[in-house]
Parts: sequence; C-alpha cells; structure tokens
Amino acid sequence: MSITYLEAIREAQAKLLRDDERVFIYGQDVGGTFGGAFKATKGLAKEFPGRVLNTPISEDAIVGTAIGAAMQGMRPIVEMQFADFSSIALNQILNHAGTHYWRTGVPVPITVRLPSGGTKGSGPFHSQSMESIYAHYPGLIVMTPATVEDAYTMLIEAVAIDDPVIYCEHKYLYYHLKAHKLPDKSLPTGRARIAREGRDLTIVSYSAMMQESLASADELAREGLEVEVVDLRTVKPLDTDTVLASVARTGRLLCVGESFPWGGATAEVIARVTSQGFHLLDASPQRLNAKDTPIPYHPSLWTAHRPNAKNIVAKARQLLRE
Amino acid sequence: MLQTAQRTVKSKRKKGAPPHQRFLEAYRWMLLTRTLEEKLVSLYRGGLITGGVYIGKGQEAVSVACGSFLQKGDIFAPLIRDQAGRSAFGEPLLDVTRTYLGSRLGPMRGRDGNIHRGHPRKNELAMISHLGAMISVTVGALLAKRFKGEKNFVGLACIGEGGMQTGSFHEGMNIAAVEQVPLVVVATNNHYAYSTPNDREFACHDLVDRAIGYGFEGYSLDGTDLGACLDVIGGAVKRARAGRPPQLVVASVLRLSGHGEHDDASYVTEEIKQQPFARDCLKVAEQTIVDLNLIDAETLTKWRKDAVAQVEEAIAAAQKEPAPEGDKEDWCALSTRDLIDHADEDG
Repeated sequence: MSITYLEAIREAQAKLLRDDERVFIYGQDVGGTFGGAFKATKGLAKEFPGRVLNTPISEDAIVGTAIGAAMQGMRPIVEMQFADFSSIALNQILNHAGTHYWRTGVPVPITVRLPSGGTKGSGPFHSQSMESIYAHYPGLIVMTPATVEDAYTMLIEAVAIDDPVIYCEHKYLYYHLKAHKLPDKSLPTGRARIAREGRDLTIVSYSAMMQESLASADELAREGLEVEVVDLRTVKPLDTDTVLASVARTGRLLCVGESFPWGGATAEVIARVTSQGFHLLDASPQRLNAKDTPIPYHPSLWTAHRPNAKNIVAKARQLLRE
Repeated sequence: MLQTAQRTVKSKRKKGAPPHQRFLEAYRWMLLTRTLEEKLVSLYRGGLITGGVYIGKGQEAVSVACGSFLQKGDIFAPLIRDQAGRSAFGEPLLDVTRTYLGSRLGPMRGRDGNIHRGHPRKNELAMISHLGAMISVTVGALLAKRFKGEKNFVGLACIGEGGMQTGSFHEGMNIAAVEQVPLVVVATNNHYAYSTPNDREFACHDLVDRAIGYGFEGYSLDGTDLGACLDVIGGAVKRARAGRPPQLVVASVLRLSGHGEHDDASYVTEEIKQQPFARDCLKVAEQTIVDLNLIDAETLTKWRKDAVAQVEEAIAAAQKEPAPEGDKEDWCALSTRDLIDHADEDG
C-alpha cells in the first residue's frame, strides 16, 4: 500500500469527522460529489452528510463563519481553494481569530488549510506561500508539514488545538510524496525534526523546500559532504533549540524557504541563530528564498524563481568553502 | 424561491397605543445609556479616559430595541453605538466603566478598550473595528447552534450605513442567506460615516432595497420613534425565530455627536439637522410618555436620579480598581501555553 500527501490530508479529515462531532469542513467546492479543487475532501460529503459544506466565493465570510462557529464550540476546518486567496480572509484571520483569545479569554479553534506553494504553470495567483505573513501576526500557529506522515498527524493535531491554526499544505507534494502507511504518533507540535544527520552544514527548511534540501544533501553526500537537514514542521512556534543544537554540531547554517525574500521564516531563523548562537557559527549564515518578483507562469521561469536542489547545492558549496 | 423584501415603510402601530410596559422598560435603558455616555464624555474631556469615547446619542431607540427581544441562547453582535442594546441584553454597567477606565478586572483587562468589549461566552460578541466582520461571525455562531441541535434561537447583528459599504458586509449578508440562519441585521443610517455624508457613501435609492438582492426580508424604520423601533425590530426578531428568511431593518436617524468625542462634527450641515430623522429619540420618547401620561412626573424624576446614581456607582467602583501592569501581564496570545513562540533568548 502507498498513500500520498494529499490522501493523508483526506484521511486525516475523514478520521476527524468520524471521531469528533464538532468537526465540519467549510470551503469552496469541498462538498457535493466534487470534493475540492484538489480532491482533498473527495467522498467526505457523502460519508458525512451535512458536515462538508460548499460555500460561496467569499473567503472573508467563510473564515468569519468558522470563527463564529468555533466560539460556539465547533471545530471547523476551512479549506481555502488556494493559499493565495486567503489574502481576502486576512482580516478575519489576523484581526479576528488572532486577537480573540488575547482580547476576550475565549480561544477560537479554527483550522485553515492553505494549499500552498508553486507548481508549474500556476502563475502569480495560484502559487503563493503565505506562512511568513501568518507567522508575523500574534495568536496563530503556523504548520508547514513536509512529509506524508506529518501531513496526517499535524492536521489531526491542528483541529485538537484550542487556538487558530494555519495549516500550509504544499501542492507540489500532493502527488509527489508517498508513504507506506499512516502513522499513529508523531513528534509533538512545535518540535522540529532532524530529517537527516550530518556534521558539515545545517540546512533548515520546511514544507516542499525540505524535500529539495534532502535532495541537495544526497547530491553533496556524493562529494563526501555531510549535511544535516532540519525540518521545522511548524514555522510558528519556531523550534529555535533544535536549530541551535544542530548549528552547534555543524558551525554552518543555510535556511531555505519558498516564500518571498523580505523578512519571513528564513530571516527569523537566521536572526535567532545570530543573536543566540553567534559563537556557534564558523561562517556567515545564509538563506535562499524565492525571488522578489511575483511568481511566474512559464515552467522555465518558475523553476528558476524558487529555490531548488541545484541552487541549494551551489549555495551549500559556497558556504562550505568559507 | 424565497419570499423577500416584504417592505413596510411605516410601523403598523396605531398612534397613541404603544405597548406600555416594554416601551417604558426600553425608555429606562435609553435614559441610563444617555446618562452613562454623558458622564463618559465628561470623564474623557477631563482626561480620565485614555483612547476614545464613542457614544450612541440619537441612536438609543434603535439600539435598545435590538437588545430588547433577545433571549437566553440568542447571539448579539453590537457595534460602536449600541450601549442601549448592550444594557438591554444584559451587560452590566460595571463592564462599561471598567473597560473605559482600564480596570484590570474588566472583561478586556486593559487589553482592549471602550466599545470593543464583549462576553463571547454569554453570546455578546466582542466587535473588531473592521466593519462588516461581525455579520459572518454571527452567522457562524448560529450555524453552530444548528449543528448542535439547539432550537428557537436567533442572532442579531448591528451595522451602520458606513459598514454596509464594505466587502465583508456583502459577503456576510450573502452567506447568511445561503445558510438560511435566523439572523436579523439592524442597519442604522445615521447619515455620516465619520465625516462623509450619504451621497459619498452609496448611490442606491434606498439601502433597504438591498434586502431583496441578498435574499433577506427588508424593513424601513424611523429610528427616532421608540414605539416604531420596538414594533419593527421586535417583528423582525419574531419572524427570524419563526424560520422566515434573514431580516434586514434599515433605520434612519442622525448621529447627535461626533464620530467619537475627539470629533466636533462641524461637518454636519444645518439643513440636515432640520430633517425629521434628526430628532432626538430620547426626547421623542419622553414626549410620548408625557403626552400619554404613561407615568407621572415624579416617577420620571426618580428614574433620572436612579440612572445618575447607578452610573456614579459604576464609575466609582471601576476607579478604585487596579490598572493592568506591563510586568505582570503574561503577554501570551495563545491559550495553548506550550505552543508559545519565544523569539527572544530570555523567552
């Protein structure tokens, strides 16, 4: 048996609907016989009548409705059709869900699923990675699963958490990543994972870039270079301790993310390591992000726009020469 | 097809026959509100309130009607000029004075101020400043009640004509009708969005005409007439509770204050102040009480004194209470303590 990252997301939702009557799924095209633009909810409307609901194209109201339902004890899962469109819901997510517990003492347990990141041919409005935007604001947890196993367990955990969770699922991984079976347990939320051990360089990454980083580590291993890859799993909270411990072993740090370069998750990692672990570093920490332009449509441009195994290898070699 | 926009331009109430008990009860909440807000204004002018003071002067009749027909289990989403409605819904005066005066013991504990307060656990939602946002949140609360199998509940969300021009309002109204939740939206057209008059806010003939476009039933209302407010808003709540489509009530008033107390409202024209909707609803209600001899002058005087005493007591109590302190605050925006992110080395 093999199960994809996308199937893991569907299975997690099926389990949540089965196990917890407070759960419902709310989003564009998630219901009926359609089951979502990517089929992440395929068959669920039939299996769980009245609990997988199609909505109008109204991202603000979709999240607003989820917030109101969560205040009344429900555990809504919102599917944004694409992460990019969550910009329409920013107000409800940041200003409403993100502030509510702080202001009133009443948490808002919503899970917002964001089909994130680029695939070839998707262009500027169907390719964005929004994790850095959401991580910037208080009151939200931002998950960025990079494996099939994490896609499954972290979504289950997201719904269990009493606070709002932004769950960034990567579209490039939907079909590319496969596992033999779904896990029963996982690392606790908020804990990073050493995805590959090494002693020469630490690459910190998450989501699809974690897979690119692993591929680049394979390539470098052929040259006898041992790269340690840290999978952040959640960009917020950010597991600084695991990152620092890895940098203590390797002395070199490269951070790789798919969101735009100004600020963001990779900048945050470097800021923390530099301020808290400056003495651990044998070379200037480096980072790789997408380019500071909108995301291009054409495959040849798209491939060059975001980090990939090839330019991660080049950057790593440069860093190892220092 | 839904039957929509059953429109009544005027209340069907026969002049001279208000339901006395509810009318008088509503009037007392209006009186208390006016007394409280006048006191808050003087505290603000005396430098004793930090931030802003936003009052509902001229809108108390509409607002009190919003709070008057809701029952235990109903959802209320008041906005910035809804002190009267909040009080009628059950908000203690102490909540107001604690929030305005920054008491650590208030519902917002100094973390948020003035009109952003609420008690979500008691179904009084805590508004955010971004207008229109509360409509869909109220829809969600009602949807949850339906999921949980509760019966006989309604939600009432307040908005102004300013907030009606946001995308969030549009999305919220539409999704309310799609979900067919028992929602009443009461929109008070006070003729100014801060300083901007109606002719720069919208270009439709009458805001209530939007009801049919959303799949709501729509009603117009003279918001200066307490009897009409009770009739029309009470009717809308009753119809929503009975399973009719969502209800939109558009009330016409003039805001008899600035946007906030920092604003002298010098942009309000003399011409508009002469319009029938510019009447002071509190004075109109008092005139009705006098004309119909609903209570005697002595009782009215006693009610006024009672209102002053209650307000003074609530202010004095809040003034004695401790303020929040930065070094005692837990600075924690998540309820899940072990998922707090520690950006600084010292956590």
